[in-house]
Amino acid sequence: MSKRFIPSVTLTENDVTDESVYRQRRTLLKRMGFIGAGALLSPQASALGWFDDDEEKQAAKREALEFTPAGQYSTSEKKTPCDKVTGYNNFYEFGTGKDDPAQYAHNLKIDPWSLKIDGMVEKPFVLDHASLTQRFSLQERIYRLRCVEAWSMVIPWIGFELAEILKAARPLSSARYVAFQTLYDPEQMRGQNSRFVGGGVDYPYVEGLRLDEALHPLTLMAVGLYGKTLPEQNGAPIRLVVPWKYGFKSIKSIVRITLTDKEPPTTWNKLAPDEYGFYANVNPKVDHPRWSQASERRIAGGGLLSRNRIETQMFNGYSEVAPLYKGMNLRKYY
Amino acid sequence: MAFSVFKRPARLTKLQIWVGKCLAHLLIAGALVWQFVQGFSDNLGADPVQSLLDFTGQHAIHLLLFTLCLAPLARFTPCGDLIRYRRMLGVYTFVYALAHFSTYILFELQLNWPLIGSELVKRPYISVGFAALLILLALAVTSFNTLRKKMGKSWQSLHNWVYVAVVLALLHFSWSQKTIWAEPIFYWLAAFIILLPRMQYALRARKQRQRRRKPA
Repeated sequence: MSKRFIPSVTLTENDVTDESVYRQRRTLLKRMGFIGAGALLSPQASALGWFDDDEEKQAAKREALEFTPAGQYSTSEKKTPCDKVTGYNNFYEFGTGKDDPAQYAHNLKIDPWSLKIDGMVEKPFVLDHASLTQRFSLQERIYRLRCVEAWSMVIPWIGFELAEILKAARPLSSARYVAFQTLYDPEQMRGQNSRFVGGGVDYPYVEGLRLDEALHPLTLMAVGLYGKTLPEQNGAPIRLVVPWKYGFKSIKSIVRITLTDKEPPTTWNKLAPDEYGFYANVNPKVDHPRWSQASERRIAGGGLLSRNRIETQMFNGYSEVAPLYKGMNLRKYY
Repeated sequence: MAFSVFKRPARLTKLQIWVGKCLAHLLIAGALVWQFVQGFSDNLGADPVQSLLDFTGQHAIHLLLFTLCLAPLARFTPCGDLIRYRRMLGVYTFVYALAHFSTYILFELQLNWPLIGSELVKRPYISVGFAALLILLALAVTSFNTLRKKMGKSWQSLHNWVYVAVVLALLHFSWSQKTIWAEPIFYWLAAFIILLPRMQYALRARKQRQRRRKPA
């Protein structure tokens, strides 16, 4: 009879090497690699990336956040796995391919950061990198995200309501709209450097909301996902999430929020006005000129055979926003 | 002699052609099968359906353009035997295009027939792609030697439709992108360069015909 295996060493959670120590060790090993083998073939070795490892590509370490768990605004649908949320993105500043952002966004320097709130407000102010996650109390919101390209995900965001920023700035009574702007820095964002890499988009990326949309409790400023700060490719350090609108409205890596009295220009609307409107509410009855919006494929894992085509719901299922658009022709204001 | 291939004319032996074909089969069919295996096991990134659509679609266009390279290559390089790979690549173009279409029907639209019907009719970029597929189908089924002999002159005029297929396929590719400043632009350029010798040839032939018509 074989003897039951008894491990000679018992390890507990306490014995796990701390992530920072582990990383230091990796760095040390890497340097040793460069000095040792590198002495023999250094130029080739570094050029070929022999001592690079994939982890290094994620420039800023994602930090754990403290937050109130998901509450009334969250869905209980199956979440899209984290690697799919962070590996499949539209962020044309880093290239038009879905995996370009994950590959190139590590060049984005998110600390220091400055987010300016200005325009028609009584108290304009600036949020720095630390205050993005500290000034307002964070909560988890598990939202559906519906891309205009007819795919969708379910993502656990961490953030705070945009209304909190706006209330702190005290909008003037003349303010009607909120304009947003992404960082413009061609040195960090390869897509802003070249028309072909960046899909011909006129940068910086700009977006906008009506003030009442911006003040809606569903409208979120996200600083994290899956419990940790945002990866660069998902719009670090801070992005907008408007779950009842197509994904392109949820502008990433925001540096400026300006209150205004005129409908602000929006990037995709400028590029193709007949295809992308200012409102861009998820609407299964109004098709994109080139494809149907009646259904979508939910990305949740499971390979080719997962039957993931589902009906698209009006306002992406967030029917509580319907009163905002009462009496409006949503076919005209798409 | 090892360097005899470079002598003019550089003929390939039966064995060389056979080995080349085997390698091409292994590479082209193997890559396709491998992608589908990866897709079924969810190893193709976040959205395996989109990855497969991109893979099959882009490689169908690569194969089509490569097929069209063979005639000028056979004419302008010492190795005229290259033309013997043309049918194989042409048929593979169709196989990849068919895999692309099947992925769209089976995995993207998931056999939602009303949706399939309306997308094929209502979406110009889908209709255009489908038209290209039908042309490739006609070319693939008439690719057998026996049929080619039976069809006589009409075989060539049917197979000239490949030029229409290129334009439709690239239109489909361009139209499927969210912006005009994307990869397809390079494909249009490549297609233009590949077809340039044929265009010159056609132009010259036309001039000659006109000259013949006008008596001196």
